[in-house]
Amino acid sequence: MLPKRGRKTANRDPLDSFVDAAAHALDLKIEPAWKGAVKTNLEVTLALAALFADFPLPDDAEPAPVFAA
Amino acid sequence: MDTAWAQASEIAAAVSDGRTSATAVVRAALARMAKHDRVLNAFTAVTEERALANAAAIDAERARGRRLGALAGVPFAVKNLFDIAGLATLAGSKINRDRAPAARDATVIARLEAHGAVLVGALNMGEYAYDFTGENVHDGASRNPHDVNRMTGGSSGGSGGAVAGGLVPIALGSDTNGSIRVPASLCGIFGLKPTYGRLSRAHTFPFVASLDHVGPLARSAHDLALAYDAMQGHDDDDPVCAQRPVEAVAPLLARCSEGLRIAIAGGYFRAGVSAQAQTALARVAAALGVTNEIELPEAKRARAAAYVITASEGGALHLGRLRTRGRDFDPAVRDRLIAGAMIPAAHVAKAQKFRRWYRERVLALFAHVDAVLAPATPCTAPAIGQRTFVLDGVELPVRANLGIYTQPISFIGLPVVAVPVPLQPLPIGVQIVAAPWREDVALRIAHALEQAGIVAATRPSLAGAE
Repeated sequence: MLPKRGRKTANRDPLDSFVDAAAHALDLKIEPAWKGAVKTNLEVTLALAALFADFPLPDDAEPAPVFAA
Repeated sequence: MDTAWAQASEIAAAVSDGRTSATAVVRAALARMAKHDRVLNAFTAVTEERALANAAAIDAERARGRRLGALAGVPFAVKNLFDIAGLATLAGSKINRDRAPAARDATVIARLEAHGAVLVGALNMGEYAYDFTGENVHDGASRNPHDVNRMTGGSSGGSGGAVAGGLVPIALGSDTNGSIRVPASLCGIFGLKPTYGRLSRAHTFPFVASLDHVGPLARSAHDLALAYDAMQGHDDDDPVCAQRPVEAVAPLLARCSEGLRIAIAGGYFRAGVSAQAQTALARVAAALGVTNEIELPEAKRARAAAYVITASEGGALHLGRLRTRGRDFDPAVRDRLIAGAMIPAAHVAKAQKFRRWYRERVLALFAHVDAVLAPATPCTAPAIGQRTFVLDGVELPVRANLGIYTQPISFIGLPVVAVPVPLQPLPIGVQIVAAPWREDVALRIAHALEQAGIVAATRPSLAGAE
């Protein structure tokens, strides 16, 4: 069901919506009292990810853990 | 013999030549634990019956004329994420109290015992090792023996407190992002995080598989080397454990730092450092005659990538428990794990690619130097309960930021010895970082600094003579 349009929804931080959607996708029940800290932690982590997200690496760069058959 | 502050090597020698017995040493350790742990809160379980039985067996071996091991009669304890047969492996959590008792000991416990060491208990830790403080909402905070109102550092908090407080000469910890080196620094003791894959992690509770290490904490470089040598060797039970022979380091320590090329880590590792951490680093560098700086390229990004991988792998590991038992976690750990489980996979994949790039650049530096010096923690032990501190003018959470200088090193699995510089009123550590598989280099430098009187585990008043 789509969220009802309204001032509260229209001004909602997209990260709040992301937390709700991710919790749904992961089948995680997040109690209302936990949400602020979860969002803050996610904000910190995404900010750190931004530090290397655009770091130029070639397409064939190999990830660190290598699987051996 | 004052076994409260004796080196493990001294205890083993005294037991081997009959100046004391393993039983007497272990009884003294148990008595110290009973007396001081009410304050230090380092132990979550005491394995008294097992310890006394093992000590009696060592004494019986000696009575039969058998040669004893290098750690004969040396009491040791382990962070409570190591399996101990007959005990549930808590990993600092409430949830794991429902687990069945472990069927066997962790491989490294068995190896230490095979050399005569005697396990006396399990140690407090930050929940599921996601912690740099040593605080635990279920078991209470580990307390720093140098000031019991201050943090031990974590997550191997009980390991730091038990060794620095004179309860045991050797403890085992685990280090994913700094959890051996941070408590070693704040408690003023020596800690070794070996090369990734060097020591078996079999039968321990994991945190971040691609970053988890185990290693010893002790009050001298020689004791670190003895424990490390006893635990080396491949283990089929840990798929990450390398196929390498035992490369004993203890016999090499006397070479000290002769012929080794050493540099100070610059750039990222110089920013945000407190006056105490700068003083400690300067003392160590001066004693070694080191003046040149070397830059670990993109260390800030490396720390960020380690943070993201940790959050993501940790969140994935605990997802089932987060679904069903969210209220039973430490809230500070739970909310980080939930956020970690939500990180887009693209960021994690990029972090792992960046990790290999960073590894190649840093390893290239070791063509020019044998070891790099860096701060272990940005500051001395914060107060228990302190939530934030200021680094480089920015207020940051203590829990996530005590390891900012350790994370870029363990990120690529380099071996590190944290050495204690005995500043007043509180000690602080310096990292000695070496190339992969060169634990000998870091331990030799640590030993040299100890011989020169620059680094030392100083005795807190709590651990007074017996």
